[in-house]
Amino acid sequence: MHLQPSQPLQRREFLKRSGLALGFLASPAGLLRVVDAHACGEEGDIDLNAWVHVSNSENTITVKCPTAEMGQGIYTLIPLLIAEELDADWRTIRVEQAPSDKAFINPDHFNVQGVGGSPVARGAQGYWRVVRLAGAQARAILIANAASVWGVATGECTTEPNNVVHAASGRKLSYMQVAKLDDVKLDAPLLTEKDLKPASQWRLLGKDVQRLDVPLKVNGAAKYGIDVQIPGMLYASILRSPVATLPHPLYGDGAENGPLKVDAAATMQIEGVVKVVELPHAVAVVGTDYWATVLGKRALKVEWKQGSLASQYDSEAKKREWAVIAADRSKQGRAIDNTGNFDAAFKSAAQTLSADYVTDHVHHACMEPFNATASMMHDDLELWAPTQGQTWAQQACAKVTGLTEDKIRVHTTFLGGGFGAKTEQLPNAEAAMLSKIMDKTVKVIWSREDDVKHGAYRPLTAQHMNAALSADGKVTGWSHRLVADSVLLRARKDVWDKNPGIDGAVAVGMTQPYGIPNRHHEYVHQLGGVPVGYWNAVGNGFTIFAVESFIDEIAAKLGKDPLQLRIDMLTDAQGRAVLELVRKMSDWNRKREATALGVGYNHGGRWNCQIAVVVEVSVDRVNGTIKVHNVWAAADPGTAIQPRHLRQQLETGIIWGMSSTLRERVTIKAGVVQQSNFSDYPVLRMDEIPAIHIELLQGALGQSSGAGQIGVAPMAPAIANAVQRLTGARVRAMPMLPKQVRMVIAEANAGPTAV
Amino acid sequence: MAAKIDVTLTVNGVRQKISAAADTPLLWVLREQLKLTGTKFGCGAGQCGACTVHLNGQPVQSCLQTLQDVAGKSITTIEGLSKDSSHPLQKAWVAEQVPQCGYCQSGQIMRAAGLLKETPRPTREQIVEYMSPNICRCGTYARITRAIERAAKELA
Repeated sequence: MHLQPSQPLQRREFLKRSGLALGFLASPAGLLRVVDAHACGEEGDIDLNAWVHVSNSENTITVKCPTAEMGQGIYTLIPLLIAEELDADWRTIRVEQAPSDKAFINPDHFNVQGVGGSPVARGAQGYWRVVRLAGAQARAILIANAASVWGVATGECTTEPNNVVHAASGRKLSYMQVAKLDDVKLDAPLLTEKDLKPASQWRLLGKDVQRLDVPLKVNGAAKYGIDVQIPGMLYASILRSPVATLPHPLYGDGAENGPLKVDAAATMQIEGVVKVVELPHAVAVVGTDYWATVLGKRALKVEWKQGSLASQYDSEAKKREWAVIAADRSKQGRAIDNTGNFDAAFKSAAQTLSADYVTDHVHHACMEPFNATASMMHDDLELWAPTQGQTWAQQACAKVTGLTEDKIRVHTTFLGGGFGAKTEQLPNAEAAMLSKIMDKTVKVIWSREDDVKHGAYRPLTAQHMNAALSADGKVTGWSHRLVADSVLLRARKDVWDKNPGIDGAVAVGMTQPYGIPNRHHEYVHQLGGVPVGYWNAVGNGFTIFAVESFIDEIAAKLGKDPLQLRIDMLTDAQGRAVLELVRKMSDWNRKREATALGVGYNHGGRWNCQIAVVVEVSVDRVNGTIKVHNVWAAADPGTAIQPRHLRQQLETGIIWGMSSTLRERVTIKAGVVQQSNFSDYPVLRMDEIPAIHIELLQGALGQSSGAGQIGVAPMAPAIANAVQRLTGARVRAMPMLPKQVRMVIAEANAGPTAV
Repeated sequence: MAAKIDVTLTVNGVRQKISAAADTPLLWVLREQLKLTGTKFGCGAGQCGACTVHLNGQPVQSCLQTLQDVAGKSITTIEGLSKDSSHPLQKAWVAEQVPQCGYCQSGQIMRAAGLLKETPRPTREQIVEYMSPNICRCGTYARITRAIERAAKELA
């Protein structure tokens, strides 16, 4: 594998070569078009297209991975998809990180080169379609050249792993032999999805292979952003406002929370400190080693600007304010996929039910804190970054340096966790700004405290639910009002501005699948000013908490089994199938001593992966601690390209879901985040992990989906539902801290209705 | 700022002369001066275990050890655990396909190596208790447990 970042000395060579790179333009219609072509390197080494490099000398086929490996397995999945269509011998496949290049822009993901939504090559937004076409096209090129040598029609040729075959004459040419031909023609036919292999002919997909990145991750060889070392580079630590500050470089510079007065005298006394640099939003200490910059940062005295909107933000007050707005229908927002007439249903209902849910901010806490390394020389810039968005990084660096995007070259490293956080571009912009000012390569490393105090938090929410029930026990009406700040407004303002008030990343999951005839869903945006961003599973983490908790509340009101009620109401057969399966797996109907089961379902929405979970919990009624003993999960991802790996992704989601349900929260007072490190932002450790049992259905073979985020959302309602079934107390707030659990249990015991 | 000191350490069996501020954490000496970047920065406060190395054979969090503290001592990092990823834990980590993002795994493996030195045949409860200082945000905990059990069997 070639994972070393290029050194400055090699850079000119690299630019020279990549300037000639062969690329594809993928159009929305599904066609791939060759836009340029060349053969490069050693004799017999050839780029068949932007994605596939065949080396006769090394007897390898190297596949370029367009986006970052952050644990989602894409370094193995992209090569597998390409190898399947290329009909390659898996043992000869190598993977290499693609440069930032228009050839790797994904028309199915914001039309950028980047990763989000756990694109384990999934259908809607992953590279699932694009890379299989690239593999098929590379195969077509190999066939055409072999056919030309033999003077036969391409239609007479087939392939077997790493060989073009002319069965009629018994001739074969290996892919490596084709690569060595004198004049390899790279014209390729236009292919569409109809030209791809049907699932029944797959040789590689669906069978577990060893991940290509794992050997590098057991001996320290894997290079993450923080590991980048460029000779002569400088380091930077950055002192930030006490107020949470994470401007998106494309839409703001954070100057409203920036420095007013800087006293750098003590800092400049520290050996190794080179310069103190005022940035619009913060103050950077640049030095020859990282520790000197840490000490220099501690010695800085800065007065900060006051009075920004963020500095007036108090998370406890916002929960109360926004809960009032959620319940006040005169405060109008934007409706989402409403059907029928909820008001009429409510008026004619035999009985009605309402409930309010609130959720706190949560933080990503990736194990690798934000960092980036930039080298700006003359009028071009190289960036080495653990980034989920190569194109966005180019845009951000261009914006803060004044260079054009085509002058920004992004080298993507491994990511020590992404989870949405590393779509953020401020660290990249900071490195770019500092490199420009210092005229040197600069690596910016955020401290853990900065990472916690200036994150892209999941929005805080208040949700108000109403249901109308008929005399014969049917749910005839449903209303769901969500109040929250917008991720889109901060992180993709250009998209927000086109349709203000709508935020698919926040309101996702509100339009539940239960076939209720009269439904009202409404998102009411409130501007908070503190940074909110893309957190694992985005809005589903809170919307599905409300939806799936409320379904259980309805079941209790109707005196029905909550799992059966879901099956009765679901219109989707696959949804019913995962619920049936998890009922069986968990032995749902068996009464337990001292523990109870709760169910949560996630229809998957645009992730296209259904999941139902059942959890078994106990509650320590004295101290209020919830303990999860078992989790059963039944999922239908369509095709499981790598079944073992898919289970890993689901487990990650389940553990994230548990962690955010039971303890994770960011609280903010006067704009200042009250947490600072893992001591006060605790995440689940090994001694708290339940037994997790996962079974997969593959209901729609040939369809791909995203499994990385799908397990997060159903955990909170499943746990709340189990606690209710065990104690009679309904927890309607996340996280479910012991103090709150004690309180709702006490209230449930005191009165006839749960609070 | 603490004054610069010159000390000698043994890192992965090689004697190294280091000149740096006395309070520089061992973590940054390893990563920047010795270019041993397998040891990771996670929290800087001894709370996550990503920076775990062995100091005179015992697992420690290298972000909490200053250069002054470790003068003259012997340090093993993930790069020195074996020459060719052949330590039973490294083989078990591959066999169980433990890592996802992988960032915490150097620390996990070094901590697990400390466990197997102290307790060659740990029970599951002993594994969980010993490994709990180390955070894995991808939640690979179940596979870490299985990999340690696998390595313990091979060592037995």
